Amino acid sequence: MAALAVIIIFVLIGLIVLVVGAPLRRAAAERGGSSEGSEAPLRRAELEAAREAKYREIRDAEMDFRTGKLSEADHLALDAELRAEALEILNALEALDAEPPAGD
Amino acid sequence: MAGFGFICLLLALAVCAYGIAASIYGVRTRRWEYADSGRRAMYALAAVLTIAGLVLELAFISNDFAFNTVADTSSRTTPALYRVAAVWSSQEGSLLLWAWLLSLWSSLALFLTRRRLREVAAYATAILLGLGGFFVGLMVFYANPFSTTTPAPPEGVGLDPLLRFPTMMIHPPMLYSGYTLCMIPLAFGFGALLARRLQADWIGAIRRFAFAAWLFLGIGILLGARWSYAELGWGGYWGWDAVENASLMPWLTATAFLHSLMIQEKRGMLKVWNVSLVLATGTLAIMGTFLVRSGVLNSIHAFGGSTLGVPFVCLIGVLIAASIYLVVSRREMLRSENRLDSLLSRESMFLANNLVLVGLCFVIFWGTYFPLISEAVTGQESSVGPPWFDRYTVPLALVLVLLSGIGPVIAWRRATLANARRNFLAPVAVALLALAALAAAGLAHKPLALAMFCLGAFVLAVVAQEFVRGTRVRRAMAGESVPRALASLVQRNRRRYGGYIVHVGIAVLFIGVAASSSFQHASELQLSPGQSTKVGPYTVRYVRPTASITPKYDRAHTGSTVAFGAEVDVSKNGRHVTTLSPSEGYYASGEVSQGTVGSLIGGQPVSHVSIDGGVTRDIWGAVEPNIETGRLKKIVDAGNRTLSSDEAIVAIGLLAKEYIKKPPPAQFHFIVSPLVMWIWIGGLIVFLGGLVAVWPAPSTVRARAAARIRARSPRDLVRA
Amino acid sequence: MSPARKRTVRLVLALSAAVVLASALIYTSFSAANPALSPTQLLRQAQPGRSYQLTGTVEPGSVHRMGGVLDFSVQDRAGTRVVPLAYTGSVPDPFREGREVIVTVQKQGSRFVGERDSLITKCPSKYKTAPPSEKQNL
Repeated sequence: MAALAVIIIFVLIGLIVLVVGAPLRRAAAERGGSSEGSEAPLRRAELEAAREAKYREIRDAEMDFRTGKLSEADHLALDAELRAEALEILNALEALDAEPPAGD
Repeated sequence: MAGFGFICLLLALAVCAYGIAASIYGVRTRRWEYADSGRRAMYALAAVLTIAGLVLELAFISNDFAFNTVADTSSRTTPALYRVAAVWSSQEGSLLLWAWLLSLWSSLALFLTRRRLREVAAYATAILLGLGGFFVGLMVFYANPFSTTTPAPPEGVGLDPLLRFPTMMIHPPMLYSGYTLCMIPLAFGFGALLARRLQADWIGAIRRFAFAAWLFLGIGILLGARWSYAELGWGGYWGWDAVENASLMPWLTATAFLHSLMIQEKRGMLKVWNVSLVLATGTLAIMGTFLVRSGVLNSIHAFGGSTLGVPFVCLIGVLIAASIYLVVSRREMLRSENRLDSLLSRESMFLANNLVLVGLCFVIFWGTYFPLISEAVTGQESSVGPPWFDRYTVPLALVLVLLSGIGPVIAWRRATLANARRNFLAPVAVALLALAALAAAGLAHKPLALAMFCLGAFVLAVVAQEFVRGTRVRRAMAGESVPRALASLVQRNRRRYGGYIVHVGIAVLFIGVAASSSFQHASELQLSPGQSTKVGPYTVRYVRPTASITPKYDRAHTGSTVAFGAEVDVSKNGRHVTTLSPSEGYYASGEVSQGTVGSLIGGQPVSHVSIDGGVTRDIWGAVEPNIETGRLKKIVDAGNRTLSSDEAIVAIGLLAKEYIKKPPPAQFHFIVSPLVMWIWIGGLIVFLGGLVAVWPAPSTVRARAAARIRARSPRDLVRA
Repeated sequence: MSPARKRTVRLVLALSAAVVLASALIYTSFSAANPALSPTQLLRQAQPGRSYQLTGTVEPGSVHRMGGVLDFSVQDRAGTRVVPLAYTGSVPDPFREGREVIVTVQKQGSRFVGERDSLITKCPSKYKTAPPSEKQNL
């Protein structure tokens, strides 16, 4: 019984080392691959999140207007404001796309 | 077997240590393979703890009394189902459950975020492994679930009969899931601060986990309240006990966070507030875990032993100090991008709601920890009772319900005052109508309950109005039939309408609480068979005594030796309403000093409450039979003198016969509570609404909506 | 008033309101609290009319039930001093001799009376880890 337990323990340790060490072995094999160091992907993620949030705001404002919480005048003003902000974000995203990919 | 389990714990500790080192090294040197390795260490931790848990479960199921925890909390007479649950009824087992759940949820969270938030996730991995390692360390050094005694005792003590109920089986896993899920936003919050990555997307990524924490904590709390009401002998569902409060506090801050999160996503505001809420929720969850097992406060959950108190206090101290330091040192990055446009906006309503929720949390915190505070300040330990809690929480709860009715009517960003005023007309009218009707019905002598009823009516009217208007809009836009319009309305605006459903649930829950606490009728008295009493509008009559000997007739399936009870007839105006059958179960104690017969029934008795639940009211009955009287006592004594332990069960049969033939008067407790059922129903509505709000919109709908907006060229986005 | 000024005013008002409410809360907690005392301390300090939280164990042999009133005595952990009291209200299932209890009492004349439904019984701590006990409530 004790022998079986010891064997299982060693198998367990072996499996853990295998699974946990897999990324390290993979990285050693493809030495020289690009690492994620540039800021661009982070900025892109942030802008995309902001864009989704802005779209949501535009939809919410429209819903608010249609269910009678905003007067037409207020909604037009708010809608224009939101769309201008959305435009800024879209422009920033375009600018990011236009940039040459940042070097390592 | 036990040795194997303990080695698994040591393995777990090693895996945690490696994972922490690998994650931190990986994120500092930007060698992401190490961070990935650290994440896999979390998966390995989950696997190892699962194995350890299985070993322990096996020991319980097979009645291996060599294991100390099995001998302490289980027995051959404990029903199989409860033997499985007994694993987490002890200090050691519950630590294992906590660590295991933490590793599971963390593995899920890290798996879901493995492609984005690399820096933040790496730090989060280290922190979560650190917490896991803390709990594993507690088991290895202080409270080992795999400790054994040789030779193994022949029989265990048995699971405390108070815990032998299905609700009590699910309550700890639910609650611990809630607590451990609070650790994930905490870890990601710390991670974001450490990595200085505080932009918009990290907080959206942890929304799902914050919601899951909120959901499980809420279910755990509700289950605890239901257990208290339906199984304990006092007929109440909330007593402001320290441990109840400890689980409520992180739930309140999590609710606040789910609201203010939306403001940060929309307007980039309240960053300091949100990060503080996240850290506070996690810290409160650790404090809750600590409270239950340290015995530091007088509470029903006296999980004794202050041996665990010191490590926990250290952990809490580290969490608080680290939180303050990180928030202060990163305050530049946490500056708001925008300001509140207008006080009349949904954003301000959310802010007000946050303030009330945090205020509630502070009140409860103060009252709960007051014995420690008073001892530190005055040298004398004092405690505040439920009346003090009620005095401050009830007004705050009223304000909360009011806000939940006002919020939906106010537009985002900048509402139009005239429109808002107009939209309030109908709901306010409904509330006033309710006020008049209830006052006329004679309820004016309980102003607080009356206020809650009217506010509840107000909220229900507001939400109904919202659904009606929304459906109308949908029909105008797409020409759908009413049911289809309603369905697609909710589907396309899940957050909004899911949130409205949650508010309905809260209103219903509070109406139930107000009704059942303010308009309760209770009666406690001694009755002999044939006697009756009046409880509110009902006449309650003790018809005849009952006695049942297990296992054949054990209706409750809890393994009691014998249960004595009563058949009670409930009628109203002469018409029979229902029959209650409360009883008291007597369990074996295993104490030789009580005698062969005495030890069969000398264990802790447990009241089996009988409830007739109804939509308008619950009728609740409990009985405490008296088995210490003359003839019954004589039978037990005679049996102790003349019968061996194998024959002792015969005396129990005689005891039961005697009890039925000549029953002594028994102590009865009856309660008639209006609208109690609505508390549980309200809770369910809250959770359903939450699920609706958080369910991801079908990707087709989202993509279509986004494409529509994107399809217009950027120029078109700026209309004249 | 400029928007910035308005915001500052709002902030100051909100903070002041919070401080006032918090102070009211803190003040009432100290005055509404019941000191937790052991039997020895209770016998020494108790004043008539004030409520106290008595903690200790139920003295063996002292439990008598008469009609709706439960008489029992609470003794120190050391077993030195004993406080007899008369209690009415619901009695938790785990209540028995030797168990740890918490009960809110008032001194009336020369006797101690337990407040209705205030009896809490803790389960026995045979081992480091004690199962939860039942609770009663006002």
